[in-house]
Amino acid sequence: MPEPPFDHDTNEAISSDSLTVEQAIANLQGEDLGLRVYAAWWLGRFRVDEPLAIDILITALDDEADRTEAGGYPLRRNAARALGKLGDRRAVPALIQALSCSDFYVREAAAQSLELLGDPSGIPALLALLQDQIPGTLPAPEPPYLVQPYDAILEALGTLQASAAVPLIVPFLQHEIPRIQYAAARALYQLTPDPREASQYGDRLVAALAGDELQLRRAALADLGAIGYLAAAEPIAQTLAENSLKLIALKGLLETQIQQRQPPGLNEGAIRVMALMDELL
Amino acid sequence: MPDTLKTLIAAVDAADSSARLLEAVQDLANAADVGAVPTLIAALSYNNPGAAVAAVDGLIKIGEPAVPALLDQLDRHNYTARAWAIRALAGIGDPRGLTTLLGAATADFAMSVRRAAARGLGTLNWPQFPADELEMAQAEALDALLFVCDDEEWVVRYAAVTGLQALAAAIWHSQPDWRTPILAKLDQLGTQDPIWAVRARVWWAQQQLQQLPEPPTSVGAEPIHEVIANWRSTLENLYRRKSQERPLPEGDPRRFRDLAASMTVPLPEA
Repeated sequence: MPEPPFDHDTNEAISSDSLTVEQAIANLQGEDLGLRVYAAWWLGRFRVDEPLAIDILITALDDEADRTEAGGYPLRRNAARALGKLGDRRAVPALIQALSCSDFYVREAAAQSLELLGDPSGIPALLALLQDQIPGTLPAPEPPYLVQPYDAILEALGTLQASAAVPLIVPFLQHEIPRIQYAAARALYQLTPDPREASQYGDRLVAALAGDELQLRRAALADLGAIGYLAAAEPIAQTLAENSLKLIALKGLLETQIQQRQPPGLNEGAIRVMALMDELL
Repeated sequence: MPDTLKTLIAAVDAADSSARLLEAVQDLANAADVGAVPTLIAALSYNNPGAAVAAVDGLIKIGEPAVPALLDQLDRHNYTARAWAIRALAGIGDPRGLTTLLGAATADFAMSVRRAAARGLGTLNWPQFPADELEMAQAEALDALLFVCDDEEWVVRYAAVTGLQALAAAIWHSQPDWRTPILAKLDQLGTQDPIWAVRARVWWAQQQLQQLPEPPTSVGAEPIHEVIANWRSTLENLYRRKSQERPLPEGDPRRFRDLAASMTVPLPEA
């Protein structure tokens, strides 16, 4: 029985010349809501980190014009996602504010973007959200109706080195949703200074590569690539998933192994990973 | 068709779960029988990565007899299946795959296809090429690989580096002058590529190429400055051609028409 289709090359089909920077910025301020939402996505996709674009995207985080029937904010979601990709820390206070948005997907995008921007000032708000202490936040509109975007929050806490969060993260290793368990393991790996102790969390993700569901194996691949856990190299190469995703995960391992970031800079681990990658091309 | 092969094919057709399909394709692939080729090719488009890997392995094991069917049935509409078929062609390394790999590496819209083809261009089975066409085939592969080293996707550039390394090793003695453009390209990627994984792969390629023995001094070789000038004009021509051809959504074989016409690799007798 065929697996459900997975379009891992989709981004390539998108042509960058469908819009210009000037047009996108103009569209983002225009009347047409559909064009505004598209322009917000487009500015992030093509990394248009111009100050004017950042300013308008920050303003769009307060948008009230664009609402879904269920009360969601499509423009805010896309603006929050774009701001993470544009790498300008001026967006941090507005993204922290967006963690209080009633729309689940705005909060999810804001947590992901705070992680990408690498600014620890978002940690207190992320911790409050993890404990569901921010009033007015509605659960996800679809099953399983998660109360908060836990995986995005946990991943952000790990990347932002929120060591004090460890006791709050540990219970999520038992969460009923595997994707959230993985996010907790990933964060705990990043927050545990002793490599031997940390490896138990990496090994949980390795075990997930042997799971039955392709979707979950893909999630575990992404997490292992993000933490660069070298002991996962061979299991990654052998798991049943698309080579494209295995290569991205191994790239994460390789880049963690490059010791001096100039030639020759290659240790035994880096060469081991590259040999596996060659076989997956 | 022997009964065992029939049974193995029937098991693939009857598979009603992802796991059973994988198992059936693996069994069929292990048989390494040329009669399995159409079923194995069909398995490339089932959107089951495990089954596809097994089918590619089986096609590579069957080798040359699988090449005509692979070339004939390259899936034009399903890029995932096309990427797997290109991987099989690359793994077999048969000279008849050259023009397909050239087109796929430089112009296919799917990065998984370009990546598989770029690697394959370096690892073709060069000794199988007719002696009078080997140099031309390797020159075309080199042209294409140098071009693909500037692909916009990191994984395609990574694959092009592995292809370039393999090609460099293959021509190290026969075409010592070609080392100049290859080493220059590696040097550029190794210091400037924005993706560190690509740079790391370049460093590894450089380390391995440095370990190759020096070729004997060639007598009456073309003076090096002339070779570089020739390369520059070759590359300029290539880039001009590519900038015109890139908008084409699919691998465009026109670019390779002349080479294809000149390739007279005989098909094995039926």
